[in-house]
Amino acid sequence: MTPNMTNEEKYALLEDFINQQENKSTSLIAILHYAQELFDYLPNDVQTFVAQKIGIPTARVYGVVSFYSFFTTKPRGKYKINICLGTACFVKGSDKIYNEFKKQLSVEDGEVTQDGLFSIHPVRCIGACGLAPVVMINEDVHGMLNAKEVAPIIKSYRDKEGM
Amino acid sequence: MIDVTINNITVSVPEGTTILEAAEKAQVHIPTLCHLNMPNVRYVNKCSSCRICMVEVEGRANLVPACATEVTQAMVVKTSTPRAMSARKIVLELLLSDHPADCLCCPKNTRCELQSLAYELGVREIAYKGEQSIYPPDVTSCSFIRDLNKCIMCRRCETVCNNVQTVGVYSAVDRGFDAVVNSAFGRPIIESPCTFCGQCVSVCPTAALTEVNHTRKVLEALNDPDKYVVVQTAPAIRVALGEEFGLDAGTIVTGKMVAALKQMGFDKVLDTDFAADLTVMEEAAEFIDRVKNGGRLPILTSCCPAWVKFFEHQFPDLLDIPSTCKSPHEMMGAIIKTYVAEKIGIPAEKIYVVSVMPCLAKKYEAARPELVNDEMDNVDAVITTRELAEMIRESGINFLELQDEEFDHPIGQSSGASVIFGTTGGVIEATLRTACEWLTGKPLNKIEFHELRGLSGIREAELEIAGMEFRIGIANGLGNTRTLLEKIRNGEVHYDAIEIMACPGGCINGGGQPAHHNNWGILEKRSRALYAEDQRKPLRKSHENPSIIQLYKEYLGEPNSEKAHALLHTYYQKRELV
Repeated sequence: MTPNMTNEEKYALLEDFINQQENKSTSLIAILHYAQELFDYLPNDVQTFVAQKIGIPTARVYGVVSFYSFFTTKPRGKYKINICLGTACFVKGSDKIYNEFKKQLSVEDGEVTQDGLFSIHPVRCIGACGLAPVVMINEDVHGMLNAKEVAPIIKSYRDKEGM
Repeated sequence: MIDVTINNITVSVPEGTTILEAAEKAQVHIPTLCHLNMPNVRYVNKCSSCRICMVEVEGRANLVPACATEVTQAMVVKTSTPRAMSARKIVLELLLSDHPADCLCCPKNTRCELQSLAYELGVREIAYKGEQSIYPPDVTSCSFIRDLNKCIMCRRCETVCNNVQTVGVYSAVDRGFDAVVNSAFGRPIIESPCTFCGQCVSVCPTAALTEVNHTRKVLEALNDPDKYVVVQTAPAIRVALGEEFGLDAGTIVTGKMVAALKQMGFDKVLDTDFAADLTVMEEAAEFIDRVKNGGRLPILTSCCPAWVKFFEHQFPDLLDIPSTCKSPHEMMGAIIKTYVAEKIGIPAEKIYVVSVMPCLAKKYEAARPELVNDEMDNVDAVITTRELAEMIRESGINFLELQDEEFDHPIGQSSGASVIFGTTGGVIEATLRTACEWLTGKPLNKIEFHELRGLSGIREAELEIAGMEFRIGIANGLGNTRTLLEKIRNGEVHYDAIEIMACPGGCINGGGQPAHHNNWGILEKRSRALYAEDQRKPLRKSHENPSIIQLYKEYLGEPNSEKAHALLHTYYQKRELV
């Protein structure tokens, strides 16, 4: 996320990125990744902008965005809590960790806490089965968790924000 | 060439041929559902999503989809082994397990490809019970209804909308059980750039896409003693309606159609062809005015409401080049509620105008708020060729036994030029017959412009008229239209006049016509029948139609007069592109 930029600056960067692509329509997924990095999520206006700049129907962009779980059309928290529910993590009880996060933060999947700090996103296998059950909060990996560790982890991020 | 053996029949086919295509050559039938190939419009729907065409290939562990598997040298295929047949039935039952079982009152009853397949594969029970998709129907458009509960994800609509028409309304969205073909952001169709051409409705195998049915509305009007119900029929109806009653494509049933409408109780049965002649008068005058006074060229025809909506969304910078003429049935409505009303002594408020059209976009067009005069809609209801057939059947009329009858007067006459409005190339040919004579002041030596005829997507011709060179373009299908317009926008080509029809082949292939089941021969027959009807008419040019001459003399004055503009012309607006 790039919080210090205005929307116009973000759109300008996005347009530059699109123009750099050799084959715009086959680069759709890369473009959407970049757009999500800039805007943090993919609201309808951004999807329409991408479609018009590439020259493909908006419905097709929406089709791709709604298919891949990585893309989100809702705003997310400053800290995105990705909880792995892949097979290995699930067997090791990641559902309990998932429920504990929801309880502690009083939010459901994809919702943002009122202070805008956290959002919860169940994901399928992040390729760290050796650390199961595993949770990623932005770029930080928290492995071999149990439910009791959830509250202190949340607190550590709140402390970091002085909240 | 590759030799392939299908059910013990060996055929030789070129490299790149699919098992399904090879089977066709071997005269082996493999059931399909999502597959659709229309080479004439470069349409191939090959997403292999339904898995109905699964077959066994010797040496392969898994069944393969015949539609998407290319043959290899000495391949041995078995299409009806117990294993393949059972897999097909399971796939179909799974599809049916999430499909409403309301066939008896479904608008596609007896014409549904899913229903036919269930019959063909002998489905007697649906063994699988599970979750049901529940989508509210999208009834926001005046042209068609989307019932996603009946969508089987064949994606034919998406292919025709994106690849042939280049409108891009649909995409497969979401995943897993929630996957469905939908518009951008799942918005109602009325908020999309849909042109309502109805080609998606034509290719939909089920009732996921069906026309908005106006037959009830028309019956109510017929039953209302306070209404004077006038019906008009488009040129392309008379060469297709017969198919609904088992006649050959291209059988001209004008007389029987008129007789049926009279039996059904319409107070007046009129021919939209008259208004096609009127369109020629107005459009030819507009064209000549632009040629003589340095107006912007090319002039683009504006008879097709789907094309009108297409340019409003996609080419808003070119809003000033289409002709301002209303489409013929709207002109007809305007004249019926003014000139005809006065002639027959019926107050316009009592008159209810029904148009029988080959088209779904005409339903939308009739509801456009600017197409009114004296605060009355020019047209009150639009039914398609299919809906007219439905009403004839429901009325218990034995269509095939009807004696031919004639259209009513006072505006019952029409020229051959007006009949060919129903096929691609016809509108521009009709307009040129009149424009040429007006420009040269001499009668045409050759009435027929064969260089403008045919069914290919983009055509062009150069004509010399009164010492001037004119370049004429013709596009049918919106994808072809886009190609042509982009070239014009970029200044790559110059034309003086262009005819555009949204549906491939023109109105003979409109979204409201009887299904052609991908048999292009049917369209060729319908087109030939229109040209034959033109040839048979004693009157071939619009400006020589005595009813037209009388209308201008008694009522409108000159073509493009102030009165003509108020009644027969319209304007366009820029629309959003989402």
